[in-house]
Amino acid sequence: MATVILPRSLVALVAGSERRAEVDGETVAAVLTRLDTRWPGLLDRLCEPGPVIREHINVFVDGQPADIGTAVGSASTVHVIPAISGG
Amino acid sequence: MTERVVLLVGTRKGAFVIESDAGRASWQVRGPLCEGYPIHDMAHDPATGRTWAVGGSPWYGATVFRSNDLLETWQQSSAGLAYAAGEDALKSIWSVAVADGQLYAGVEPAGLFRSGDGGETWEHVKGLRDHPSRPEWQPGGGGLILHTIVPHPSDRERMWVGISAVGTFETRDAGATWETRNKGVRAGYMPDPYPEFGQCVHKIAMSAGQPDRLIQQNHSGVFRTADGGATWEDANNGLPSTFGFPIATHPREPDTAWVVPLNGDDRGRYMPDGAAAVWRTKDLGDTWERHGEGLPQKDAYLGVLREAMSVDTLDPVGVYVGTSNGELWASADEGATWTDVAAHLPAIWSVDAFVLDA
Repeated sequence: MATVILPRSLVALVAGSERRAEVDGETVAAVLTRLDTRWPGLLDRLCEPGPVIREHINVFVDGQPADIGTAVGSASTVHVIPAISGG
Repeated sequence: MTERVVLLVGTRKGAFVIESDAGRASWQVRGPLCEGYPIHDMAHDPATGRTWAVGGSPWYGATVFRSNDLLETWQQSSAGLAYAAGEDALKSIWSVAVADGQLYAGVEPAGLFRSGDGGETWEHVKGLRDHPSRPEWQPGGGGLILHTIVPHPSDRERMWVGISAVGTFETRDAGATWETRNKGVRAGYMPDPYPEFGQCVHKIAMSAGQPDRLIQQNHSGVFRTADGGATWEDANNGLPSTFGFPIATHPREPDTAWVVPLNGDDRGRYMPDGAAAVWRTKDLGDTWERHGEGLPQKDAYLGVLREAMSVDTLDPVGVYVGTSNGELWASADEGATWTDVAAHLPAIWSVDAFVLDA
C-alpha cells in the first residue's frame, strides 16, 4: 500500500482524517478517491470536479511533482502539500 | 427575560463569534474559528439553533461550515456545490440565507444553490443560470458573484437575488424561472445607463413587514421600489456620494434604513474626507442624516464591504459595522452614537447580528 502524507490544515478540516494513511491505488486519483471513502469530503478540498487537483495544492509521488493521473506504486509515498501562496 | 446579542463576523482569516448582554457595552470575542478559512458570510437559524459560515480558500476551495453550538464545533462540506462538468469551476461562496427551512448559497461565478439538509449536501438552482441574459453577464470589481439573497417572508415561491454586475432578479416559482428587476436603476458606467441588466447592485434589504418594498445600495446610488422590483426610483437624496456597499433595514420600522457611503467608485472608495459615518433614513431615502459620533473623524480612510453591516432586534435596535481593516463598531441607539467592539480583527467581510435568550 502507498503511504499518503496529508497537511495539518487539511486534516483540521476533514472530520476523522489523519496526517498519515496507508491506502491502495494505482494512480493519484485512485488514492485520493479511496481516502475520500474513508474520510468523506477530503476529495472536495483537494480537487475541483473532474477530478482536477486544485491550483494551489501540490502533490508529489516519491518526491516528484505529480498530477491526478500519475502512477502510484505499492511502496510509493504520496505527499499532499498546500502551495506557499497567500498573505 | 434576559437576552444576549451575538455577532457573527466573517473575516479574511476566519470567523469570529462576539457576544454581549443586552446592554451592548461590553463584548467578548471568540475566534478565529473555522481554521482561519476566508469567510464571506454567516447566518444563524433561530428555529434550529444552527449556524453557518461560507467562503472560499485559495487552497481548499469553496465550502460551508455548519454548527449546532455557535461554531464551538463544526463540520464542513461542499457536496453538490459545483456546476456541471465542463462548466465554470466554483471559486467561492459569497452569501448564505435561511428561507422556509431551506438553506441557500450564492456563489462565484454567479449562481444559486439550495440545501434541504442544513448544508450537508447541495443542489444547483439551475433556473437562474438558464436566464437568457446569462451569456452577457459581466463581473464587477469583486468578481461575477451572487452576493445577495432576499427571501420573501411568507410566499415560499418568491425570492430576490443580487448579482454583480448584473443586477436584481426575482423568482415567483421557487427558482424555476427568474426575471430581471432593474427598471429605473441607473448603471452610470454603461453606454445605456438604464439597461435591462448590467446594474452593479451591491446589497438589497427589505422593508419590515412590507415585502414588496425593497431598498438597494448600488454602485450608482441608493434606489427603492414599492412593487417588488418592477420599478425602482432614486433614494440617494442628501447622501455625500452615490457609492457604498452595505445597506440594512430596521426590523420593525419599514421606512428606516442605514448605509455607509464611500467617497466614490473612482476616488478611492473610502469614507468621505476621512471622517467615518453611518447614514440613516427614516423615510426610506427621501432624506438621510449623518451619524459619526463615536467614530473616527480624522484620517479615517476606511472602507466597509457589502455584507459588513447588520442590525439586531432589540429596542432600541443595535447596528453593527465592520471595516475592511478589521474595526468593528456597535451602536446601541439605532445608529445615533457608536463605540468600538474590536479594533484589530482581520479584514471584515461580513457581520450578522441576532439575539438569543441568555
